[in-house]
This record gives sequence, C-alpha cells and structure tokens, in this order.
Amino acid sequence: MDIGQGLRKRTIELTSIATAIVIWEIAARIIDIKYILPSFTSVASAFIGLVQEGELYRDILTSLNYFVIGIGLAILVGIPIGTLMGWFKSIDRAVDPIIEMIRPIPPLAWITFAILWFGLNKYAAGFVIFIGAVFPIIINTYTGFKNTPRVLVESGNVLGCVRNIDIIYRIALPSALPSIATGIRVGMGVGWMCVVAAELFGVSTYGLGWKIWHWNDLHHMDMVLTYMFVLGMIALMIDRLFRHLVQEWWLKWQSGVVV
Amino acid sequence: MLSIKNINKTYHSEEGDEVLALSDINLEMKDKEFVCFIGPSGCGKTTLLRIIAGLEKPDSGAITIHGEHIKGPGLDRGMVFQEYSLFPWRTVLNNITFSLEMKKVPKVQREDIARRHLELVGLSKFADSYPHELSGGMKQRVAIARAVVNDPKVLLMDEPFGAVDAQTRNRLQQELLNIWERDKKTLLFITHSVDEAVYLADRVVVFTSRPGRIKEIFKIDLPRPRDRTSIDANRYRESLLSSLGAEIKNVND
Ligand SMILES: Nc1ncnc2c1ncn2[C@@H]1O[C@H](COP(=O)(O)OP(=O)(O)O)[C@@H](O)[C@H]1O
Ligand SMILES: [Mg+2]
Repeated sequence: MDIGQGLRKRTIELTSIATAIVIWEIAARIIDIKYILPSFTSVASAFIGLVQEGELYRDILTSLNYFVIGIGLAILVGIPIGTLMGWFKSIDRAVDPIIEMIRPIPPLAWITFAILWFGLNKYAAGFVIFIGAVFPIIINTYTGFKNTPRVLVESGNVLGCVRNIDIIYRIALPSALPSIATGIRVGMGVGWMCVVAAELFGVSTYGLGWKIWHWNDLHHMDMVLTYMFVLGMIALMIDRLFRHLVQEWWLKWQSGVVV
Repeated sequence: MLSIKNINKTYHSEEGDEVLALSDINLEMKDKEFVCFIGPSGCGKTTLLRIIAGLEKPDSGAITIHGEHIKGPGLDRGMVFQEYSLFPWRTVLNNITFSLEMKKVPKVQREDIARRHLELVGLSKFADSYPHELSGGMKQRVAIARAVVNDPKVLLMDEPFGAVDAQTRNRLQQELLNIWERDKKTLLFITHSVDEAVYLADRVVVFTSRPGRIKEIFKIDLPRPRDRTSIDANRYRESLLSSLGAEIKNVND
C-alpha cells in the first residue's frame, strides 16, 4: 500500500496527535519553566541527541536484559505450575493457598530480598520482574487447562490417547495455548512496569529506568521525559511483536485471535 | 458380536438427587449390523453409547465384544460425537492421523493412510485446512474419517448429522452407508429422525422415556440401496412414529 494513502486514511488520528503536540508546546512556552514542563522541541532534540550518541541503545539493551531474564524465568516456572494445578486437583489444592498468600505482595516489596539473595546485579532486577510476571502466567495457564473442552479429551481417549502425560501434552496444552499466550502478554506488561522500579536501586548505571532517576537528580527534565517515552514505546513494540508472533505463527489455527 | 447385558446406570447430582438414566438394558448385535437408537431426549441413549465407548462405567451389567469385556476406551471402537470434536489446532489431515500417531505409525505411512480416508469422505482438497475453515457437515465428515482410520470393529455415532441441513444430511447418510458397506463395521447410530433410522438401519431400537428401557425393536426389512419414498419405507416410518409418539406423550404428561 502506498504510504500517502495510508496516512490519509488516518487523518483523524494524525490530527489528534499533532494537536496534542501543539498544545503541549504552547503550554510549555506559557509556563516557561523547563523544570516543570519541558517543551516538545527540547524533548525531541534530547531524543535525537541520545540516539546520535548511541547511549540510548545501551540503556535499552540493559533494560531488555533484565526483562528477558525475568520473563524467561516466569515462563519457565509459571507454565509448569499452572499446568500441574490446572490438571491435578490435589496439586491445585496444595499449591493454591501458598500462591494466594504470595500473589498479593506487590513485586517491588521483594527488592530488598532480591538484592540480599542475588547481590546488586541483573539477577536481582530480573527477580523482581519475575515476581511481577509469573502470577498472570500461572493463573492463565491454570484457567486454560481447566477449560479444556471435555469432548476434546474424550475424543483423544477413544483415539488411543489415555495416559495423563499424553492427554496433557497432546490435547490440554494445545487447547490451553491461547490462554497461556494471554498470560504471557499480561505478564510482560506487568514485568515491564517492574523494570523501572527494579533499576532504581542501582543494579547498573545504564538502563531506561535508572536514567530517569539519574536525569531527575540533575534536573534535566527533558531527558526524563525522553526516557519515559522510550519506555512506553518499547512496551508497545514488545506487545505488538508478541501479538504478531502469536497470530502469524503460534496460534495460526485460531479463527479470530483474541489475545 | 457386541453384547449388552443388564446395564443399569444412575447419575448422582451434586444436590444428592438421583437420575436413573438406564434400566436393565439388554441387546445383542451381530457383526456388521447397522443399529439405530431412537427415543425421547434425555432417555439415556448417549449414556449407553458412552458406556460402550468406555467413557462411562455402568453401575451393573457388562458389555462384551466377541466375549471380551470392555473396561475403558479402545481402538476397537471408534466414536463420532454429537458436538464438533475436531482438534482445532490440528489441520484436517493431522486430525485424522492422531490415532496413528498414538500407535507410533511412521509419519509418511500415517499421512498416506489419512489421505486415503480423506478421499473416502471427499475432502482431499481440505487436507491442510484448519477445522474452523470447514462447514458443519465437513467437520463431521472429517470426524468420521478420523474415527474409522484405525479400522475399528465397532463405530459409535451420536446424532452426528443432527446439526446439518437436510440436503447435506442426505449426502452424509449416503457416504456413511458407502463406508459401512465397504468396511462392514458394526454400526451403532443415535438419531432423533425416524426418516434417518429407516433409511440407514438394519434394526431400530426404540427407547422409553426416563428411565431408559428398550421399548421395542424394529427390523427394517428393506433392500439396499433403499428408496426413501417407497411405500414400505413409509409403513416403517409410521409404525416407528406411533411407537415413539406414545413415549413423547409420556414425557409431556
Ligand atoms: N454427567 C451427568 N450427570 C448427571 N446426569 C446426567 C449426566 N449425563 C446425563 N445425565 C442425565 O441422564 C439422562 C440421560 O441422558 P442422555 O444419555 O444424554 O440422554 P439422551 O442422549 O437420550 O438425550 C438425562 O436425564 C440427563 O440429564
Ligand atoms: Mg444424547
């Protein structure tokens, strides 16, 4: 499709964004205190500067590194736990009270222990992200398994699939995949929010979250805003990429994907 | 020979109510016989079929196939469910290969077998489609192919064509008869359509309303291929209807 035509179709959206930017710029000029509200132009030039210096990439990679550690661990732990709880009633009854006790604790409350256990390093940050991401993954995996249609399990039974391990792997797991994908997506959202907080504690002198505080201390609010926007953009990109992967490849068999 | 002896089944609801679903069912089926079950809804037809499939345990009584007791599901019995039951994450072809995978048949071989069965139900072109891309009638065709791919001795079908339109239904009945005549399986088929029963069955078993008992068994002595509109077919339909009508009246009273 030709880009000009694509833009024309989005006239309302583009006008809306442009208007917001203009209002922002005017407001910043009226207020005229950089510390309270940096102008759009100063943020834009700060952003361009950061891109040119290459510092931004290093910050992004640092934050993504924590994120991947946390989410990877959450997937590796969350899916098996959710599976066992969803399929075996006694495991559900044994594990559920423990989960319900730990789950309401805000992930950030774990930071002190994370540093105590892992030291002031990327694993401590990863652990906090893990705590934020693992519960949505467990719960959605659990729900997916619980909701396996009975007729599919019984179809499997009469077709020679009778052992628990076979039923789980060949029927319940694929049937639960859309729900698991939702869990991962929600978990990634929560995990990304934890990145900023986890970095506050100075596990590194790079990272998007760390830089917000760093520039805040130096009263460079245009930099703070730049990093805020980058945080948001990366979150959006991760989410879009994940949805794309799910739709095009992982859950191609679904009619209308609703993750 | 499939033999159903003294089957009783009671369901217990969570509130402690008891539903006597089946009461003292006895029936013998010859090999390669086509038997239809018909009766008011809720009379236990599905329950009986599920017991034969091994998905449900009777409270008493026994099912034997050639003298062997049924203890659970097995590949000697295929089943087509009333609701759509294809695995939505598998293509049509891979739905059919499922039981062959369980038996560890090598990939090339099982796809070969599956393709032959897909051809049997006229859906070769849809081998790589996913179930959500198929119409209701096509889904049930694939379900039939999936159920017979192992060449089971007994094929159990629970109102498989209940949800398809009349025209498609006639075609599916014809296709089913072709498969049955070709492979000569023992076929147990639940229907709520008198017309379907008379067109398909060697014998039609009429059930009473709850608790399900066998009320009457009709032998359909019509030559095959059958003519739906023949006078004899009409006579069978009428006697079946009056036998059923009494039962449906009982339910309403
Ligand atoms: N799992 C179950 N738990 C409790 N009652 C059941 C269950 N399955 C079936 N029933 C009851 O048993 C009776 C027979 O059901 P079913 O075999 O499905 O009848 P049909 O197939 O002839 O319509 C019905 O009254 C139904 O409500
Ligand atoms: Mg039924």
